[in-house]
Amino acid sequence: MRRQPKTEQKHTGAMHSDLKLYDYWPYRDRPRIVWPGGARIAFWVAPNIEFYELDPPANPCRKPWPRPYPDVGGYSIRDYGNRVGHERQMRLLDRFGIRGSVSLSAALCEHHPEIVAACAGRDWEFFSHGIYNTRYTYGLSEEQERAMILDAMDTIEKHTGRRPAGYLAPALSHSERTMDLFAEAGGVYTCDLFHDDQPTPVRVRGGQRFISIPYSLEMNDTIAYVVNRIEPRRYGAMLRDNFDRLYAEGESSGTVMCIPTHNYQVSCPHRLHALEQALDYITGHEDVWVTTGREIAEYFLNHYYDAALEDIRRKLEVADGA
Amino acid sequence: MALDPEFLRYPHRRRGMDHDRYEWSQLHEREPVEWPGGARLALWINVCVQFFPLNQRGVPFAAPGGMTMPYPDLRHFSLREYGNRVGIFRLLDAFDRFGLRPSFAVNGAMAERAPYLISVLRERGGEILAHGWDMDSLHHGGLAPEEESELIERSLDSLQKAFGAEHRGWLGPARNESPHTPDLLAERGIHWFADWVNDEMPYRFRTANGDLWAMPLSNELEDRFILMQNLHSEESWVEQVCDACDFLLKEASVASGRILSLNLHPWLMGQPHRIAYLEHALDYITSQPDVWSATPSEILRLCKE
Repeated sequence: MRRQPKTEQKHTGAMHSDLKLYDYWPYRDRPRIVWPGGARIAFWVAPNIEFYELDPPANPCRKPWPRPYPDVGGYSIRDYGNRVGHERQMRLLDRFGIRGSVSLSAALCEHHPEIVAACAGRDWEFFSHGIYNTRYTYGLSEEQERAMILDAMDTIEKHTGRRPAGYLAPALSHSERTMDLFAEAGGVYTCDLFHDDQPTPVRVRGGQRFISIPYSLEMNDTIAYVVNRIEPRRYGAMLRDNFDRLYAEGESSGTVMCIPTHNYQVSCPHRLHALEQALDYITGHEDVWVTTGREIAEYFLNHYYDAALEDIRRKLEVADGA
Repeated sequence: MALDPEFLRYPHRRRGMDHDRYEWSQLHEREPVEWPGGARLALWINVCVQFFPLNQRGVPFAAPGGMTMPYPDLRHFSLREYGNRVGIFRLLDAFDRFGLRPSFAVNGAMAERAPYLISVLRERGGEILAHGWDMDSLHHGGLAPEEESELIERSLDSLQKAFGAEHRGWLGPARNESPHTPDLLAERGIHWFADWVNDEMPYRFRTANGDLWAMPLSNELEDRFILMQNLHSEESWVEQVCDACDFLLKEASVASGRILSLNLHPWLMGQPHRIAYLEHALDYITSQPDVWSATPSEILRLCKE
């Protein structure tokens, strides 16, 4: 079918050329990061475990489904992820000793508690991915967005025993306040920014110690398979190439590699092998810290956050003085 | 600015699905299924026999493979016709060579357009699925239930006259549905359908007129999706099919019988430069141990036991 534009209506308020969430901070000559155990790369896998509604209320800015109600194809392939794909991916990660960092649609705790329990039983991390992936941030008032963020955090805490530390906004839909509100709710890291290969401080209005953890759009299976329409074996090769370079560069200062996955994409029978080969390759290297988003965030905050801020300030001053 | 409070209400936020059509169930928790002769993998090949009208209305959208140019779009019209005149005979030869028994999803309009082809399919005795009227007669919410019911009736009547049998399986044109399609299909005697792609095994699907069975016919692995939508190479399609075959065979040896479903379009795979790739894939699959070439009704019968 014809591809329909996802944007239906433009932002109604004033727009800004930059939200000033972070300062320019060149990749070279930063304070050196060394990950735990002397590792040079922090590697994490972020399975998105999502619930898409068959008939969500219409958002004024973005259509949830390309086809008119009911979009059987779009809805059912995502349901496939939970019915069929999740278990396959979880067992694969088990084999490589990888604990997933789950980007969780909070309502999935209510819809499919056994999936959440299976991940919790493996000591996986859960970070917030909103309530449903069919409820966008666009158009919400500040009060509404805060309520949505708190609802998701409370729900995840109630079902997993731990309050989420990270946020990937639902369907990557944001407002200008998203980071501020999440930091105020007690969150410490965002996955929504793709400006760097290392953790970086993010400026929020409340001044909380808040950071971005590299999550990678390019390595995201849905971006690779659906948007960029990449062949499965090439996706596997891209993952290995991405690792090779970040691993090499991590020798001078620790890098972060993330593979964001979706159980309805990677776990299809014709695709799982590509991920399996990449995981085998990556975890077969020395000096790889196989970890979670929360652990990377905590380690960075405890060891490098202050030095990063100082370095950023110094480099801005040098640039101003030049 | 704020959204309507409805936007933060979640009326279906509860255990299971957000609708009542089927039960929530994870594949790995189900009872194992056994195929005949100790086979691990059932191979279900389905061939779409389709008519794309030149005067496409495109309501509510043009079906994948439909006309894209101003009227009369003879290039796409005739290229789709190619499948029923030329391409399908290459496919049939390949199936015979490897001893395979595909099903055929046939648009009702094809009975009148190609009686010779219908007679060939009838003599082969392959299972026939109703595939709606034509590729520009989509089932969608804009149709009144009576209109949609008439469309289903017309499609089934045409196939019944052409093949002399009742048809119990359904694949919607473009796999599209209205909110009523499953109810109307069940009312008209359809027993199973293959529009939903949320599973790899058959499952029960509720309707207002008794249960249907949903049969798994992969969209992600079909020729049109991989070659035409994703623009992957033919070689890659073969790799993907073979990788899926390997994966499912492996899973089947520890879990349960599995199904490898291949949905094919003669207008695409029947081209001279592509047919050899289909043959490669079929050669690979059929040379694996424990693969059973099955019709959808045979698969369903065993899963219902």
